[in-house]
Amino acid sequence: MQGVTDVLLCGTGGQGILLASEVLCGAAQLAGLDVKKSEVHGMAQRGGSVTSHVRFGGKVWSPLIEEGCADLLLAMEKLEALRWSHFLKKTGKALICDLEIMPMTVSTGQAQYPDVEKGLRERGVDFVMIPATQEAFALGDSRVINTILTGAASAYLTLGTDVWMEALRRRVPPKALEVNVRAFERGRQLAGV
Amino acid sequence: MKEPLNTVTGGGLLLSGNEAIARGAWESGVHFASAYPGTPSTEILEAIGEHYPEISAQWAPNEKVALETVAGASFGGARVLSAMKHVGLNVAADPLFTLSYIGATGGIVIVSADDPGMHSSQNEQDNRLMARAAKVPVLEPSDSQEALDLVGLGLDISEKFDTPVILRTTTRTSHSMGVVQVGPRKEVAIGGYTRDPRRRIPIPAFAKAMHARVERRIAALEEFGDSFPLNRIEKGTAPLSIVTSGVSYAYVKEVYPDARILKLTLTWPLPWGLVARFLEGAGEVRVVEEGEPFLEEQIRARFLLPVEGKKHIPVEGELNPGIVRKALAPATAAEPSFAPAEVPLRPPALCPGCPHRGAFWTLRKVKASSTGDIGCYTLGLMAPLDAMDTTVCMGASIGVLSGLEKAVGREATGRLVGAIGDSTFVHSGITGLIDHVYNGGTGTIMIMDNGITAMTGGQQHPATGRNLRGEPASKIDLETVCRACGVKRVTVVDPHDLPRMEKVLREELAVEEPSVIITRRPCVMLRKPGKRVTAELDREKCIGCRRCISLGCPALSFDAGEKHPVVDRMICFPECRLCADVCPKGALTKDYDRGSCDAGCN
Repeated sequence: MQGVTDVLLCGTGGQGILLASEVLCGAAQLAGLDVKKSEVHGMAQRGGSVTSHVRFGGKVWSPLIEEGCADLLLAMEKLEALRWSHFLKKTGKALICDLEIMPMTVSTGQAQYPDVEKGLRERGVDFVMIPATQEAFALGDSRVINTILTGAASAYLTLGTDVWMEALRRRVPPKALEVNVRAFERGRQLAGV
Repeated sequence: MKEPLNTVTGGGLLLSGNEAIARGAWESGVHFASAYPGTPSTEILEAIGEHYPEISAQWAPNEKVALETVAGASFGGARVLSAMKHVGLNVAADPLFTLSYIGATGGIVIVSADDPGMHSSQNEQDNRLMARAAKVPVLEPSDSQEALDLVGLGLDISEKFDTPVILRTTTRTSHSMGVVQVGPRKEVAIGGYTRDPRRRIPIPAFAKAMHARVERRIAALEEFGDSFPLNRIEKGTAPLSIVTSGVSYAYVKEVYPDARILKLTLTWPLPWGLVARFLEGAGEVRVVEEGEPFLEEQIRARFLLPVEGKKHIPVEGELNPGIVRKALAPATAAEPSFAPAEVPLRPPALCPGCPHRGAFWTLRKVKASSTGDIGCYTLGLMAPLDAMDTTVCMGASIGVLSGLEKAVGREATGRLVGAIGDSTFVHSGITGLIDHVYNGGTGTIMIMDNGITAMTGGQQHPATGRNLRGEPASKIDLETVCRACGVKRVTVVDPHDLPRMEKVLREELAVEEPSVIITRRPCVMLRKPGKRVTAELDREKCIGCRRCISLGCPALSFDAGEKHPVVDRMICFPECRLCADVCPKGALTKDYDRGSCDAGCN
């Protein structure tokens, strides 16, 4: 549908994907746009592969992004970026946290953790690796990886800084706001734009 | 749900379907709500508990009890809501089918949250079929706004036609968020109780009249549906005419925007006048619906027209825009961008620090397994723990173990325990335990008591001592319940005390009388970890035996090149030292930090 921006967030259960997608939705809504978002809860969240579909624009019908149509893939974990890369359109962009979390199939020796950068390059996916683990550590809070990635995403989306800040203010607990604002700004700088 | 995000323009709230249902209940004056948690329905009662104090809301031990209490409140003239996942409606089917005959005094809306795609379920049943079997009307929202509106409209239908109403959502309407226009609460007075046995006691003499009334009600609802505002014909110019309902409507609008559409929301009984008007002059007609060919078969049977649906759209799994596009307008599909990558699967796993890990690991150590049940601990089936043989439904672990013993005797009870969570035990394990003891079973039941309903995100239940709103409540004592059922051997053990866990398991598996082991340790979601402590590896001592890896802890992986485990410090849980305890060489060490617990169980 014309005028709709599709952002697929992915990672593993417990990485703060819901917060990141809520901030993204909030920013779009504050910009006066129609918004839909979809994810699943329950068993899928127990450390499994998790996605959140965010769509915003003039009028949004489907809560799910169609494969091959996402403008942006926001991956909190490297392997998950590769797993969900087929949702990107040819001209789409993947922003990927450099974090590697071993799935149980790898921990138990049934499978090998793949070379994600090589895989993405071979497939021709346009991507930027964000050193978010190191940056989160420098900011003193390992939990802000999601906000660093959100900041990076903001550089590729046409939403004003004011709506991002307001969405963060409304979604992040007050005592964690300052570190999240700094994480957001650092992410925006690292986006490679 | 945090502080709602108001838009700068329009004043809408961004709500999930579940949050919208909670809001709709509040706006339409609902007085009482009861539920048992189950994905994807859980957040409805959670949102009511958190945001709408005007509604008396509670967790029931199971869906049957939830529906019975809302029925009673309706008899007293209150507007009521019950919510459950699709399989929860099976548990509540007994009151549902008779409540259909008895009807509603105060409006009754029953939310059935179906889970096509089985994101967190054991089957894909389509509860529109249940509604039809129970002869109660069913409403299907397409988005959060309709989810909100249909609570009030459903209560109106319930009161006008004297019937319970099923509001059937699917995962994508339950868990998708959309912008919703909200309004104030409409205060409705509780009508009060009037004794009327002829209406509320379905002995055959009375029930015959009730059934006749139900049949008249169906005919009246068919006519009502013709002018129901959310059943409508949308004009269009595309070659195919589309009949659709629920979230499938959104997919059709997305991928086939110019279609002539029959958008059905009251989908049983069907509004035959409206359907006939739509079919008049329609060319080729397709039905787009998730799950069973529910609309398709009824329309084809009635009009004997070649209406097609499931020929093009799968029955199994959930729909998405890609599937619907392929069925309606394959030529409009974009060029495929990237083929799906072949990457290792990432199945869900028990959390780092999970108390169930010690119990399952020890079960494997003593070469035993379990008949399992529904909850986080169903993940005990996953490698490397691999400690579960069967799972059927809520509470079945006990009956299945008992039945296996009837077939193969001690071959079953010598190497299997019935593994059931605390919340599931209260839900429907107690009757199984009574049967087990009463009918001479000798198997061991392992109640995995983590003090919460965990899989659905941490809800209170009657054995936690707190109610839905977190207030202190009566707490049933599991040991006493088991003894009252006739079990003489009841042992409580900390599942992370591995030597004792092993000793108790060996003893109880060997003894030929019914026994219960309660493995008691709080869910990690309830713990507030103290200082960050992670396991440390002494590489000099490590012999690469992979015994720690056999715990299946997500915080441990194995470096095959270096032949030693690697600890993921980001997720290693402070208050757990299982890996240090199982290491035969003392290569893994960890200072034990007990932290603190919301449930007050240190």
